[in-house]
Amino acid sequence: MYKILKAEKLAENIFEWEVEAPRVASNCEPGQFVIVRAFEDSERIPLTICDYDREKGSITIVVQVIGEGTYKMTSLKAGDAFHDFVGPLGKASEFVEEDVESLKNKKFLFVAGGLGTAPVYPQVKWMHEHGIDVDVIVGAKTKDLVIMEEEMKAVAGNLYITTDDGSYGRSGMVTKVVEDLYAEGKTYDICVTIGPMIMMKFVCLLTKKLGLHTIVSMNPIMVDGTGMCGACRLQVGDEIKFACVDGPEFDGHLVDFDQAMKRQQMYKTKEGRAYLAAKEGDTHHGGCGQCGGDK
Amino acid sequence: MDVMKKVPIKEQDPKVRATNFEEVCLGYSKEEAVEEASRCLNCKNPLCVQGCPVSIHIPDFISKVKEEDFEGAYRIISESSSLPAVCGRVCPQETQCEGKCVRGIKGEAVSIGKLERFVADWAFANDIHPTLNVEKNGKKVAVIGSGPSGLSCAGDLAKLGYDVTVFEALHEFGGVLVYGIPEFRLPKERVVAKEIENVKALGVKFENNVIIGKSVTIEELMEKENFDAVFIGSGAGLPKFMGIPGENASGVFSANEYLTRSNLMKAFNSESSTPIMVGKKTVVVGGGNVAMDAARTALRLGSEVYVVYRRSEAELPARVEEVHHAKEEGIIFNLLTNPVEILEDENGWVKGIKCIRMELGEPDASGRRRPVEVPGSEFTIDCDVVIMSLGTSPNPLISSTTKGLEINGRKCIIAQENGATTKEGVYAGGDAVTGAATVILAMGAGRAAAKGIHEYLSK
Repeated sequence: MYKILKAEKLAENIFEWEVEAPRVASNCEPGQFVIVRAFEDSERIPLTICDYDREKGSITIVVQVIGEGTYKMTSLKAGDAFHDFVGPLGKASEFVEEDVESLKNKKFLFVAGGLGTAPVYPQVKWMHEHGIDVDVIVGAKTKDLVIMEEEMKAVAGNLYITTDDGSYGRSGMVTKVVEDLYAEGKTYDICVTIGPMIMMKFVCLLTKKLGLHTIVSMNPIMVDGTGMCGACRLQVGDEIKFACVDGPEFDGHLVDFDQAMKRQQMYKTKEGRAYLAAKEGDTHHGGCGQCGGDK
Repeated sequence: MDVMKKVPIKEQDPKVRATNFEEVCLGYSKEEAVEEASRCLNCKNPLCVQGCPVSIHIPDFISKVKEEDFEGAYRIISESSSLPAVCGRVCPQETQCEGKCVRGIKGEAVSIGKLERFVADWAFANDIHPTLNVEKNGKKVAVIGSGPSGLSCAGDLAKLGYDVTVFEALHEFGGVLVYGIPEFRLPKERVVAKEIENVKALGVKFENNVIIGKSVTIEELMEKENFDAVFIGSGAGLPKFMGIPGENASGVFSANEYLTRSNLMKAFNSESSTPIMVGKKTVVVGGGNVAMDAARTALRLGSEVYVVYRRSEAELPARVEEVHHAKEEGIIFNLLTNPVEILEDENGWVKGIKCIRMELGEPDASGRRRPVEVPGSEFTIDCDVVIMSLGTSPNPLISSTTKGLEINGRKCIIAQENGATTKEGVYAGGDAVTGAATVILAMGAGRAAAKGIHEYLSK
């Protein structure tokens, strides 16, 4: 059991937990993820690490409620425990392995969308701790869904917040902010973007035009997270990669997002669920964790 | 009674079992076991023991069964095997102990596997456990992986007085016994969990959710956590795909994914929070035991199931018993058939699989006749789920994070017969060394490595 040190609601349907997991905390790096099971009978849910404290031996995760599994998780309070918490999984962000001095000569742009703000945070924090100022764009649908603003402000060089509805910060999608920054005369060497697949796809389409090398963090369906099941496979260039062991970060200009989004629908989205129910008919065995038991 | 023939074993009716996940084989009763045991000739030079990868004293335990001393029989098996209830169910006895049985020359071999299973089940039912009278020697060994090789290595080392900790990457212990082999062949709670309890009773410690190479490295285990030796029994978990067009379509699964969802995550049970996709028509590609397990799982979930295999029936790598059971249950075999493309609909879901007929040509390197495509024989099978069961290879997580640990071209860890790898104090065995093989071969390797580690630490 993995004790919860802190539990907090960050925004509507977005929750944060700090969890005692010393083995994970001692070896994790930005970019890596964990797999958690809230209860004995829960499904395995992969979550990117949002912060870590090596001394305390703790890991912070941020979760958005999207189905039955994540909804049940929200009943966990400080003092409770996650049944299973395993990691760190996947490869660390590439820059972690690079020479800090050469990193200082590169201009980084981080583009976070919605919940993606949480996994972008440890990367920006790492940069800050190594004396590198980076620009960060945080996008959300509306003001109330902007998360971790204070934390991000403390570690980012320039922080640009934008909301789709213009209720806070700049107005419009993150791609618009990227375009605006370039129009204002800024240029970058590397872009790291994390958020919904559709957002990462459009950021990549734009940065390809701008000739800006872009890293994305993929979050496809997974079961074991150690390379065993192959559920998370992606088409990257002309190769098939497993997000869990080859990623989760990839060259965004090589990822086949359309295929990845179709595969994501297999169990995850409402459409996918309905499609699955229609396809399976009477043979649908429920327990998809998404259909709320009404199949 | 016809002494030339095995006492028949009771099985669930194929029509009934095709719709449930209860065990297929129901096992011998006491009377049947004693009767079957009486067929053993108690050979002076027992060939069956040579055929057993862990060298169980087979005629001795069978004699005890004959005398109705089942506890005595259990004690004899336990000297050599940590998992008798598992082995009695999933060992390929026909090519091992029973393959060598003298009875088999003129009639049917003694049903050694079913007798082993009977004895182990009897011990569970009567609360008989392996006993341990050994003093701790103060030396620590880490065992990586709680599958068959790890459990057998840990059990043997505990019996020698070592302080053993087993590390498992998943949340449940048992490795392939829990994620791979289905409930209807190997019940999880009634058999696997109890076998693991028995290993725990020997004083072995178990820690789950630890990924060696990620959560902690082998160097850290040896230097910071003071383990004197390490055994790697991490199995062969990486699935292979064919590399044909359409393989990433929604509805294409590796057998590993399909079986892990059903077995480990219990998706076969409609109460499970982990989903599994049940097709109307499922095509399983491959002919091994794992393919049979995937096919029979899909069938039980309610799908019509086809097995596609590129060679002929004689070359099917699966156990004859598994193929026989699969056929009885209504699985249709498309032999001498190879997929060339998976067809998808406009939403990216599988709608069919295009195959080509094959014929057998000259023998290849494996000694089996090489399948050759018959030109112009392409045809399509309509289906909505495809399960790829083409074998697995070892996970490079450990080898890539452990300096000095060498692997071969197939990503398998290089190890000697006693399990010693190229790194001092580090031993390995099972599928991580051989590539995908059987439970009992992995157990044999675990035992050999336990001996190797004992010799190394006794120097």
